[in-house]
This record gives sequence, C-alpha cells and structure tokens, in this order.
Amino acid sequence: MTEPILRVSHLSRYFRVGGFRSKGTLHATDDVSFDVAPGEIVALVGESGSGKSTIARVLAGLYPPTSGTITFEGKTLGKKSSRQVRGHMPMVFQDPFGSINPVLRVGHSLLRSLTLHRPELDKQARQAEAVALVEKVGLLPGAEVLLRYPHELSGGQRQRLGFAQALASKPSLILADEPVSMLDVSIRIGLLNVMKSLRDDEGVSLLYITHDLASARYVADRMIVLYAGRIVEEGRTDEVIATPQHPYTRLLMATAPDPRLPLAADTDVEDLGEPPKVIDPEPGCLFAPRCPLVMDVCRTATPVPVALSTTQRVACFAVANP
Amino acid sequence: MNAPLLQVRDLCVEYDTPAGPAKAVDHVSFDLHAGEFLAVVGESGCGKSTMLFSIAQLLTAPAKTVGGEVLFDGANLAELSAEELRRVRWRDLSVVMQSAMNALNPTLSIGAQLADTCRAHTDWDEAKIAARSAEVLSMVSIDPTHLASFPFQLSGGMRQRAMIAMALLLEPKLVIMDEPTSALDVVAQRSLMRQVENLRRELGFAVLFVTHDMSVVSHFSDRLAVMYAGQVVEMGSTRDVFDRPRHPYAHGLLEAFPSLVGDPRPLVGIPGNPPSLVTPPVGCRFADRCEHATDECRTVAPTLELIDGHAVRCHLVAKGVLQ
Repeated sequence: MTEPILRVSHLSRYFRVGGFRSKGTLHATDDVSFDVAPGEIVALVGESGSGKSTIARVLAGLYPPTSGTITFEGKTLGKKSSRQVRGHMPMVFQDPFGSINPVLRVGHSLLRSLTLHRPELDKQARQAEAVALVEKVGLLPGAEVLLRYPHELSGGQRQRLGFAQALASKPSLILADEPVSMLDVSIRIGLLNVMKSLRDDEGVSLLYITHDLASARYVADRMIVLYAGRIVEEGRTDEVIATPQHPYTRLLMATAPDPRLPLAADTDVEDLGEPPKVIDPEPGCLFAPRCPLVMDVCRTATPVPVALSTTQRVACFAVANP
Repeated sequence: MNAPLLQVRDLCVEYDTPAGPAKAVDHVSFDLHAGEFLAVVGESGCGKSTMLFSIAQLLTAPAKTVGGEVLFDGANLAELSAEELRRVRWRDLSVVMQSAMNALNPTLSIGAQLADTCRAHTDWDEAKIAARSAEVLSMVSIDPTHLASFPFQLSGGMRQRAMIAMALLLEPKLVIMDEPTSALDVVAQRSLMRQVENLRRELGFAVLFVTHDMSVVSHFSDRLAVMYAGQVVEMGSTRDVFDRPRHPYAHGLLEAFPSLVGDPRPLVGIPGNPPSLVTPPVGCRFADRCEHATDECRTVAPTLELIDGHAVRCHLVAKGVLQ
C-alpha cells in the first residue's frame, strides 16, 4: 500500500461551554484516527453534532487540536499550520452564497489564489490557468465566467467555482464540507460528478464531509461513520453499504429515505433520533442509550475501532465479540 | 364521494419585483379530500411554499394572490374577513412552519405557547388547557414534563414535534406543513414522518405537505404533485409517480437521487437552471432543460392533461411520444 497522504491519529478537539456556574467540556471530536490515500475520496458521514465539520476545521487549521497529531504529506502539522500547508489542503465550504466575495468579479478571487500559491506563474500564464481551472469544474466558457460577478451565478455554479478556487494551489487533498447540501437535488449530482472527475483526472484526494449516506456511496471509495465525535465504523464504501456492522450505521441505512424502495420495505424502526450527550460524556458507548444490542459493558467502557477485515473497522463490543 | 375538503382553483400568486411581476404560482389547481395526504415537491423557487402561504392566507407584500380561489369546507378563504379567518385557523386548519427554532418563541415555555393558542381560539378553562396540552405533547412522544421547558432545552426533533403538537391542539381537519423535516437528521426525519402518519390515521386530518426532497414523502403521501417554475407539471398517486414518472422533469429529478440499493451507476442530474418567472418562456417552461424538447415545446405552452388518472403537463407525453 502507498503511503497515506493524510494520517490523523488520536485527534480530539474539545470546547469549553457554559457560563461561570455550569462549566462543561463539549467533546466535539474524540480520539479519531484515520488515513487518506493519494487519489482517494473518503467520506466522513455523520449527523449534525457528530463532529464531522470539526474534524475538517481542525485539518484546515481553523482550530488547533486539543490532542492528537495530523501528518500531511509526511510532515506533522504544528499547532499553527503555515499558509503553504493549507494551500495544499484547501477547503470548499457548505454555503455557496456566504463563501464568495460578492463585490469582486469571479476572476479576481481566482487570480489572487494563483498569485499567492503559484508565484512562478506570470500574468499571462495566470490568466490561462484561471480559465483552465473554471473549465475543469464545468464552467464554460471559462474566459467569460471569470468576468462575471458571483450574483450572476447560480448556487451550483458557485459551488463549482469553490472547487476551482480550491484547485488553484494544485492541492493534493481538498476538504469538502457538505459542498452539496444547500443545492437543489437536480444540481447536486453534477457537483458530485465534478468531485469524481477531480479524483480521476487530477489525482486529487478528497475528504467529503456529508450527512447523506447515499451521496457518500455515490462518490466515495471509503467511508467513515461518525457518531458523537467518535468513529463507529470505517471501511470500503461497498463493504459498509452491503454489510453495515455497527448498529448506528444500520439505523442510518434503515432510515435513509429512498424512493426506489417499495413501500413494504419500510422498516419498523422505533428511534426518535434524539442526539447523544457530548458535553462531559460519561464513560461507555455514547450510542448505548439508543442501541438495540446494548450489553452491560457498553455502559462502562468505551469501545475502540477493531478490525473486522483488512479494510473494515467497527467500534462496538456487541459486534466485535458477540 | 364527498366533496373535497380543500379545492384550489387556478391559484395565481405574483411577487412585485423591480423588473415586473414574477409569477411565482401560475394557475395551480388541485383537490384534497378529508384525511388525505398530498405532497407537493419541487426545487427552490418553484413556488411551492408561496402556494402554501397563499392557501393559508398568510402571504405578505411583495407577494399577492392575483387570481383563483381556495375553497375550504365550502368557504372561499380568500374572501373571508380577518375575524372569520381567525375562527377557521387552528380550529379547522393549522400550519406547521419550516423552522421550529424561528416559529417558537424563545422566551416562553412550551406550555405557555400551547396555552396561548388555546386562549386565543377557545374558551377553555386553565385545567382543560393544561390537560389538552399534556395530551398533545404525549401524542408526539414528548414527555409532558417538557411543558415547562423552553425551546432551547429541546432537541431539533423535539422542537419540530412540539410544533406539530401545537398544530393538533384543536383537532383541525387540515394540517399544512412547510418542509417540517428539512432541519432534521435522517433518523429524526423518519421518526417525525412516521408520527405524522400515525396521527393522521388516528385523528383523520388531511395533510398538505411541501418539501424539496421527494424521497422524504415517498413512503407516506397518498398523492404527489411535482411543481416546476410555478406550475404543477405532474400529479398522481405517489407510488405511481415514483415508479413511472411521465414528465421529463419528474423523471430527471428522480434520476438525480443517488440510491443505497441496486448497482452503483453514473447519474447525470438535470442540466441548466429554472427559467425567470418575470419573463417565463412562451412554450413549455422546462423546454430549455429538456433533452426531448421539440419546436412545439418551445412555442406552445402545454396544458395539464389527465392521462390514466395521472395529470401531466407535457406535449410529448400527451401525444404518446414519451412514456
């Protein structure tokens, strides 16, 4: 196996919450370890509050980690990662309306990224590169798109621009934090296809953060399922979808709405979807209160991911030692 | 068959814009029978929420209902005075808004907000109000101790369920829901939908449900209407629309959903963007994005035709060219 491009080990990020009387620590991300290989799309799947965006923000250097290490292209990142490192791991944000400066032309921000991250290019080469970048993400004709203002672009086009901008620094990994969740259904699939083409044509790795299992299945090579800031299951996408092991992954699979399933397949899941307690969590599996397989040990010890095969890992006592 | 509970006829809503009126809802007609669940799906800007607000008589400027009628239980809601509407609201029809966080008052307890509704619409005494409030909360699986809780103390799913409890306080005949599940996680989403479905079976109210995510309603609604650019383009029984979508837009929309079942296969989505509602195309509004479009589609606006109990607005389907 090739060296991973990104290795995250035992990463935790806690936040202090509450006021003067009721101090608490919110465990947004707790002891998370995973790798991303070159040219691979890895999906971090979880519901709101599962810590998936926190992981992306720590990786992007927006928050320092509370503990744990991040090794990117063989170098361990310090508390403050340099602009150069960040340039190799740019981020595409969720909101295409809030993440682009509305008063500047599309070309301005893109050329600026190129000036900062690719100083070797002269003015003409920069312009040519900017046109090539927007065309790579399907914005045609490139030269004309560069002259537009963001308000002239639709949500889907803006998100494509987000990917073009991320590409400007010739990154080896792009962090995509829910890049399609604010877009209409008919537009989403186009963006997912852009992500695939970046992997296939540019060899870029992507960390795709999403709450949508079906879209993760569509683009990702591997899948990491998070619950309450911890990894509950990890594996090749086809494996996880075909044989989900953790009871939480199974719950997600059973409740994901899918118009293609016949009515009769509507399973009787009695779960209200109440979120876990992540402020000062007690020891034990945080899914235990909702878990159909719960055992005594689940309430006292915290499960860690255990390998079930060379590729699939699951953090569950009931599944690992039945 | 009894007369429909709600009859919407040629409803038209316009927004005043500097460029001229935008026809957000254009001649929408449908019937909703007592106890029926009708889902309206469409993408952002297709006019689905505007239509709901117009039916509930909640539109505010710059939107204006410019034509059509909304017959509810025989009365045209558009012609009722504010006082008459007040008597219909909550007793006969109630609305569940999209974002419970914005629709609930953050400074009042859930119990106070339920009581407020009862006082405004009934002459119940305090004991009856308290009893009914506790009853509706239990109906949506919230422990009645939460009557004393404030919205911030509840999870997103609980808040949305509290909104539904509030809508059911006076046992309305129709509950209008505007994307009540869009802020929820999938597990909470499914649980909320199941609860709505169980309550509907038990209490017999009709549901008019608007969503951008047709997969959410796929297992729950009786009928489905697909809206595009202010018009209904397809309407039929939910299963039928999912299994055999006729309109190219409905077809494309379904083809754009990645699935968890079956073999993975490349999907394409629908190219292009919806048309301007200020200057809509003269022909079919979907023609520019439709791979099957002909010259007729670009010049003559299609009408909603009933084909095997399934209404479709498409020249090619009407002629039998497209299945």
